[in-house]
Amino acid sequence: MAIAPLAVDRDLQAAIAATRFGLGAKPGQLDAYRADPRGWLISQIRHGGADQPQANPATAAQRVAAFRDYAQQRRTEKQDGTLQKGDKADPVKMAARLLRDDTAVDFLARVRLAATTDADFRERWALFWCNHFTVAATKLVTATVVGPFEQEAIRPHVFGRFQDLLLASSTHPAMLLYLDQAQSIGPDSMAASFIARKGKKPGLNENLAREIMELHTVGVGAGYTQADVTEFARAMTGYSIGGLRQDRGEPGQFLFRGAAHEPGSRTVMGKTYNQADGEQAWAVMKDLAGSPHTAHHLAVKLATHFVADDPPPGLVARLERSYLDTHGDLAALARTLVASPEAWEPQARKFKTPYEFMVSSWRAAGIAPDSLAGVAPVLNGMGQKAFSAPSPKGWSEESAVWCAPDAIVKRMAWSEGFAAGAIGDRDPSGLARDVLGARLTPLVATAIARAETRPEGLAILLMSPEFQRR
Amino acid sequence: MTRFHTDTASSRLSRRDALRGALGLGIAVEFLGGRAWAASEGAQAGKKLVVIICRGGMDGLSVSPPIGDPNYAALRGSIAVPGFGQPNGALPLDSAFGLHPALASVHGLALKGQARIAPAVATPDRARSHFEAQDVLESGGAVVYGTTSGWLNRSLEAMGPAGKVQAISIGATAPLLLRGKVETASWAPGGAPERDHRLPGILQDLYANDPLLSQALASGLSTESMAKIATTDANQALMADTTMMAATAPPADASMMAVGAAQMPPAAAAGRLNPRQNIEAARKLGATLAGLMVQPDGKQVAGVSFDGFDTHANQNGVLAARLTYLDAFIDGLVTGLGPAWKDTVVVAATEFGRTAHVNGTDGTDHGTASTALVLGGGLKPGGIIGDWPTLQAGKLFEARDTAPTMDMRGLFKGVLTEHMGVDRRALDTVIFPDSAAAAPASGITA
Repeated sequence: MAIAPLAVDRDLQAAIAATRFGLGAKPGQLDAYRADPRGWLISQIRHGGADQPQANPATAAQRVAAFRDYAQQRRTEKQDGTLQKGDKADPVKMAARLLRDDTAVDFLARVRLAATTDADFRERWALFWCNHFTVAATKLVTATVVGPFEQEAIRPHVFGRFQDLLLASSTHPAMLLYLDQAQSIGPDSMAASFIARKGKKPGLNENLAREIMELHTVGVGAGYTQADVTEFARAMTGYSIGGLRQDRGEPGQFLFRGAAHEPGSRTVMGKTYNQADGEQAWAVMKDLAGSPHTAHHLAVKLATHFVADDPPPGLVARLERSYLDTHGDLAALARTLVASPEAWEPQARKFKTPYEFMVSSWRAAGIAPDSLAGVAPVLNGMGQKAFSAPSPKGWSEESAVWCAPDAIVKRMAWSEGFAAGAIGDRDPSGLARDVLGARLTPLVATAIARAETRPEGLAILLMSPEFQRR
Repeated sequence: MTRFHTDTASSRLSRRDALRGALGLGIAVEFLGGRAWAASEGAQAGKKLVVIICRGGMDGLSVSPPIGDPNYAALRGSIAVPGFGQPNGALPLDSAFGLHPALASVHGLALKGQARIAPAVATPDRARSHFEAQDVLESGGAVVYGTTSGWLNRSLEAMGPAGKVQAISIGATAPLLLRGKVETASWAPGGAPERDHRLPGILQDLYANDPLLSQALASGLSTESMAKIATTDANQALMADTTMMAATAPPADASMMAVGAAQMPPAAAAGRLNPRQNIEAARKLGATLAGLMVQPDGKQVAGVSFDGFDTHANQNGVLAARLTYLDAFIDGLVTGLGPAWKDTVVVAATEFGRTAHVNGTDGTDHGTASTALVLGGGLKPGGIIGDWPTLQAGKLFEARDTAPTMDMRGLFKGVLTEHMGVDRRALDTVIFPDSAAAAPASGITA
């Protein structure tokens, strides 16, 4: 791909590359970027996918199975009356603690990867897709599997084809549990008649089908109706996980339950699907992934995430065209983003999320957190609780959401405490030149130079508009 | 049902209508009437309004179960709220409607004529998408993405001259409901230890050319100092309250817990907070908001949002925990407001209701109309607000949901005009663009 020259000089390009595309410069990083900022970003795109955090190695399947065992044991003990409240040695309580600790290890590993990686554009790109396909720890059953979901379903595919990413997400146990797909049963399926004989009323759950259409692919403006959602939900029936009941599936692994699948052909957005079994929903998903509506939806989201809440139409058009021309090749899409001149306007229009702000602060200081206690409560206070996006739509992209008065006061308070522990005997003015590069304004440089103490200087740097925005 | 038909007509507004509505927002409220300011003067001067957004699609048929509706039990099956007098049964409002058993404090208010339900309200949006519906609920637009500011923010302009009527949102992030031209405060528990007294001043200088940051910092600092007083007041109010006397003191870090609890569904909170702590955190949050509202120059208007009402599976446990939290928050707020409760109205609303039928996983899917709660010390006594469409097969919206009989904007407009004295013309054109057809609900406080 030919890359047109940019209007901004290389020093400013390097500073923009580090903040708008990356996760904020580490000391010394801008010097490395300076020779060829865009080439440096493009070199981070690789078909093997994103980096993997050094998280707890237990897979999602193992954790789902462990959670089932724990829930089963708890039920049994409740029935037997052997459940002792408040007993620390209680095996059920211990199991619950272990489940929680897995999550803590995963999240800390993810933060440490972001804080230390040299390939920080690659990590930003991965985090974008983790948020696009949100699974949140807001349900007990998904509390432990967000990390494995990102590692197993998202990270390997972020520079592959979008349809493969979509399939990986839509068949992952974490997503199937988070959006209630695992237990959805076709009303006219064999499983339904079996369950009905036992006096229960089985049925469809349209949650995942709706969010695939609305959030993951074509978007809400694509013109589909409630009937399309219901038909797609019927096609999805059978997408489930093993170990829910006595069955042949591997506990916690994806399992297509033919008996739960709604028989017959389906019509979604005007096209009829006659495929049998799980092929039917997969055929729908491939068409959704190939739709121009999806190209547009993803282009708007990417441009909004990287460049501006109100993204330049020219950039959206370039991304859209790239997606359609390459049949959803995400590596090509990443290269198009880097090559687009609209992404390199000097004005930093995005406001960092709490996660981005904290990660970039560690990077600026050249350190990484070593315990979750220094990370999770603060993120929670700033409104971005670990692994717990408030809805399947994920974290907001809007500056106004994150720049709320209370959140700014909390950022300031955290910066003061952080700076006191992080600055050591370094010179904050030098650090500011090192991490903001050509984006450092004389006003901020002067304020840092006039600081009474080194920690105050670093706190000013972290709270400066140049650092808060990207 | 006539109003229902009006509503569906307005939901079919064209793209051009939507654009015109959005452009209409450029007109400042003050140029519309030249009328005396509403909530900042005279009888309205001390009036307070709290709007609670319950995100995720709160199930109206569980919040205010229509026990007397002959189709209710059959449609709901395993998740039906049991009838009056049964274990975990509905708390009776009248022969037809009850409240969910977790809403004991709200029920106590209802018995005093201080709580009413609007059992079949809906926004004009019919897409059953959380995000579209929340956008319409909070922006007050006739169609989705019609405007990027919130109706409660725009109504502040109609309540008084700039800066006179102040508003606050509770939570770390700003809800669309209160975003907009008028600067508003936000607060969440957690405190702000100020080690360096110079830093705020230095930053104010650096933010001179960044209005977003400078306004946020100034407002945050001022609210933080008010909150220090409010938190003390809240503790005193709760300790003085008789129901609190027997309770154990809140844990030392209850304020941090409230942050988490306010923002996450109970299932996730359950690992860290036991139910008792959860209730205490909610009560304290309510009482602290009350403290921020009753102080001299306190906030007259507040926006609060609670997540976690999206109950596709195993609905009963999840919803009971969310409603317990909501109930405790309201209890704390009423207690904390004390004598000011008589001048306060609280509206709790959601983006849409849920399917009338139970689904295959002991839950419900996205629906249409739901219940809004209207509470206040000075409420006019009365039955349900709006009509009940019934759950007869032929009456369900698209054969699946509770049918709307009242436009959500009409309910909000009723509260704004009767309680806060907001001008009707501003309501119809700027606060809720193109909404003249959605008449304000009447008889709420006047």
